[in-house]
Amino acid sequence: MTGPIADAVDALMWQAFGLMLVIVVPVIALTLFIAWRYRASGGSGTHQPDWDHSRAVEITVWGIPVLMIAILATWVWEKTHALDPYKVLPGAKPLQIEAIALDWKWLFIYPELNIGTVNELAFPVGQPVTFRITSEVAMNSFMIPALGGQIYAMAGMETKLNLQANETGTMQGRNMQFSGDGFAGQTFEALSMSQDDFEAWVSKVQDSDTPLDHATFAEVRKPSVDAPVRYFSTVPPDFFSKRVAHFMGMEHEMMHGTKAANE
Amino acid sequence: MTEHVSLLLGRLGPDALPFYSWVAFSGALVTLAGGVGFLAVVTWLGQWRALWTGWLTSVDHKRIGIMYIVLALVMLVRGFVDAIMMRLQQALSYNSDGYLPPEHFEQIFSSHGTIMIFFMAMPFMTGLLNYIIPLQIGARDVAFPVLNAISFWLTAAGAGLMLISLVIGRFSTAGWTGYPPYSGVEFTPGVGVDYWIWSIMVSGVGTTMTGINFVVTILRKRAPGMLLMRMPMFTWTGLCSSILIIFAFPALTVATGMLALDRTLGMHFFTNDAGGNMMNYMNLFWIWGHPEVYILILPAFGIFSEVVATFSSKRLFGYPSLVYATAVIAILSFTVWLHHFFTMGASANVNAVFGIATMVIAVPTGVKVFDWLFTMFRGRIRFEPPMLYTIGFMCLFVIGGMSGVLLAIPPINYSTHNTTFLVAHFHNMVIPGVLFGYLAGYMYWFPKAFGFHLDPTWGARSFWFWLIGFLLAFMPLYLLGLMGMPRRMETYGNAEWQPLLIVAFIGACLILMGIVCLVIQLWVSIKYRRALRDTTGDPWDGRTLEWSMPSPPPEWNFDAVPVVTTRDAFHEAKYSGTPMKSVPQPGTLHVPRNSVVGPCMGFGGFCVGFGAVWFIWWLALAGLAVAVGALIGRAFVQNTEREVAPDLGAKTT
Ligand code: HEM
Ligand SMILES: [Cu+2]
Repeated sequence: MTGPIADAVDALMWQAFGLMLVIVVPVIALTLFIAWRYRASGGSGTHQPDWDHSRAVEITVWGIPVLMIAILATWVWEKTHALDPYKVLPGAKPLQIEAIALDWKWLFIYPELNIGTVNELAFPVGQPVTFRITSEVAMNSFMIPALGGQIYAMAGMETKLNLQANETGTMQGRNMQFSGDGFAGQTFEALSMSQDDFEAWVSKVQDSDTPLDHATFAEVRKPSVDAPVRYFSTVPPDFFSKRVAHFMGMEHEMMHGTKAANE
Repeated sequence: MTEHVSLLLGRLGPDALPFYSWVAFSGALVTLAGGVGFLAVVTWLGQWRALWTGWLTSVDHKRIGIMYIVLALVMLVRGFVDAIMMRLQQALSYNSDGYLPPEHFEQIFSSHGTIMIFFMAMPFMTGLLNYIIPLQIGARDVAFPVLNAISFWLTAAGAGLMLISLVIGRFSTAGWTGYPPYSGVEFTPGVGVDYWIWSIMVSGVGTTMTGINFVVTILRKRAPGMLLMRMPMFTWTGLCSSILIIFAFPALTVATGMLALDRTLGMHFFTNDAGGNMMNYMNLFWIWGHPEVYILILPAFGIFSEVVATFSSKRLFGYPSLVYATAVIAILSFTVWLHHFFTMGASANVNAVFGIATMVIAVPTGVKVFDWLFTMFRGRIRFEPPMLYTIGFMCLFVIGGMSGVLLAIPPINYSTHNTTFLVAHFHNMVIPGVLFGYLAGYMYWFPKAFGFHLDPTWGARSFWFWLIGFLLAFMPLYLLGLMGMPRRMETYGNAEWQPLLIVAFIGACLILMGIVCLVIQLWVSIKYRRALRDTTGDPWDGRTLEWSMPSPPPEWNFDAVPVVTTRDAFHEAKYSGTPMKSVPQPGTLHVPRNSVVGPCMGFGGFCVGFGAVWFIWWLALAGLAVAVGALIGRAFVQNTEREVAPDLGAKTT
């Protein structure tokens, strides 16, 4: 299972790892070799107890790390921009998906298709996907390890992640940031499918008999462990943005008012 | 959902006892038995008076140093028990619940991290600084001996809160980082997070004062001629570390203080709503947290520098480079905190800048490794246990450095953050780096402190177990992390993870053997202390001033304060045959008298913490009164010093 982001990260990792090995392996080897050669009990090296300075050595030992970090720094600059999770991937128009972290499950909304799911995510293979991510609860972190990339989900805030799968198949996605008792089971299936299969999947979701209205959401929002997959035939407009706004300032005052009135 | 809070006992009730899981209950019993057993043994030996006057009320930096290290070793065992329990859980819990309920597993990873950082590594470091630095700079004591005792007792009070959370109530489930909003009352009501907050807040105050004490000590109390650029490397690293403490710890105190206000007084600094913003917490926490890792590791670097020079029988190579590298690391450590949350969604520019800043630290660190390597080059290397730990460190540390640089590359971080790759990385720094350093220091300076050696055979055995155990326990975690395994997992459904987790468990078992070897080493050495006696005061052919005095040193350290004319002055004097000059001494010296202020402050601090955790406000106020009262009382004590007359005639070398 691969995607352009995961592939690029893999390549970058090997590249950086390889560059560093060029120094690290000799350092380890030299440490062991020098320790052996200059051992007090029978080593063959000369003993120069006062030798503590050499300009050539100093220049080399500062120079080598500086050089290596300089190379790495250019890669960092370039790749951090190239692989920015907010950057929309090239190609077809991205599919929009909104992800809301709940205790301990994920609610996904397809705003353009007006459908929603719990703990199941599907997208067409080869088409970029743009996720808008937030949380209703503690901080979560959204990731589909096979596709690379990870971004926090925070209440009252929206983060973004752009991904794409190059092959069809089933992957595991999950929350990576510990968020309570159900955290270990907070996974979902990410299905990368052909365009036809995806359309069939969409109709399947549309045919479900539950819309995501306020009552359903209140029920879904209750903490639950290893929650089963659910489909929602319709989702109210701007649902995601309203949930984000819900946690910001004003609304709280109102809530407090009603709470106080109820008590 | 209001809890019942009584005036007398706050929210403390019978359900505070750990009957929720048999594992937790056994842990509580062991903790209790340990405490009661200790009291019983002291009583049985009739040593209460000796303990009180010789140790608990002592303000001698050497005694305080030893007490810190005892505390650290006890907490190392406790922290390790947590660790091996997690390893066992994960080895078992593929598609099953394992033997730990989630809530308990969460308490364990939180307490393991908190204990290891705050109550193992910090006291170990502070203990070594305490014992060694005054001796290395030719001082008779630290600048503020009573403040030093207070620091120790506040640290002990924090550790006490930490330990008692196992018996009364529960510990935090929010990890050692305590991120809100999870750590807020909305998601974690109860006392757990409060225990975490108050144990690190109380000990943090002590640590801050330690930092101040050592900066002043090092800057003001050096022997004549001990210029900054003649100070031993360990003293240099201790200085930088202490400066970092002064600047970094207030951030932690503020962050945890605000969290306490949120939790206890219903404020909204970091809550989800009402304008709270948890991102502020993460910034504050890591503005302390990143320097903290350097606070821990710089003194370890210092120890490695001392050890490598001594056991290579050679001058430290590139001393000025090492000094500048240390200072550069200390400064840069404040510029990189954002790398702990690259995945928060900052712009590519911000992430790239912090990524590069992080990597820049690899430069001075790399220089250090090379300088140690060149110190060994053309040396004459003796493989005593401290040197074994040093060589082990040099080989393993570069691996951890490599994974650190990988994590500092933001795009790579996005897919390794929060995975066991990160767990493997930081253990690769804190075990071979921090812990090996402190263990090397412990074995290196033990003969100085007690007048006899630690058994080298058991020392070497402990090293090999730690080394191999570390590799088996943590190399698999790198792989698991790349396979996408998150940290803090109580159970999992991924079959391919289990074999690696079993290997990691075996590694933890070998580390257990390493710890057992350390215990046996201590036991055997005490038993055969006559045969292991060091009569010279200079058992390793040392270079720095602490080796110029008898082992153990007299209470006043130096019979006559030496005049320093060069770096490694003691070594020079030893080999040139011209003894070090010393400052003319008056016939009698003054040493500080014992003081009860330290234990009183510790007791008061404990009561403040315990009271605040359980909302027993009268207890918190009483604790505060004791602490403040002790301080005011101290101001009225007239006779704070005692005269001693060193027997200058009997002085050796
Ligand atoms: C002695 C051998 C050690 C073993 C076997 C060990 C094992 C572990 C394990 C299994 C975890 C949990 C990883 C996870 O979340 O999946 C962990 C976390 C941690 N360890 Fe250790 N550890 C050891 C030593 C240390 C030391 C010496 C330190 C620090 C000086 C340390 C600091 C931490 C921290 C800060 C965490 C993170 C806790 C959290 O998630 O909040 N560990 N360790
Ligand atoms: Cu950091």
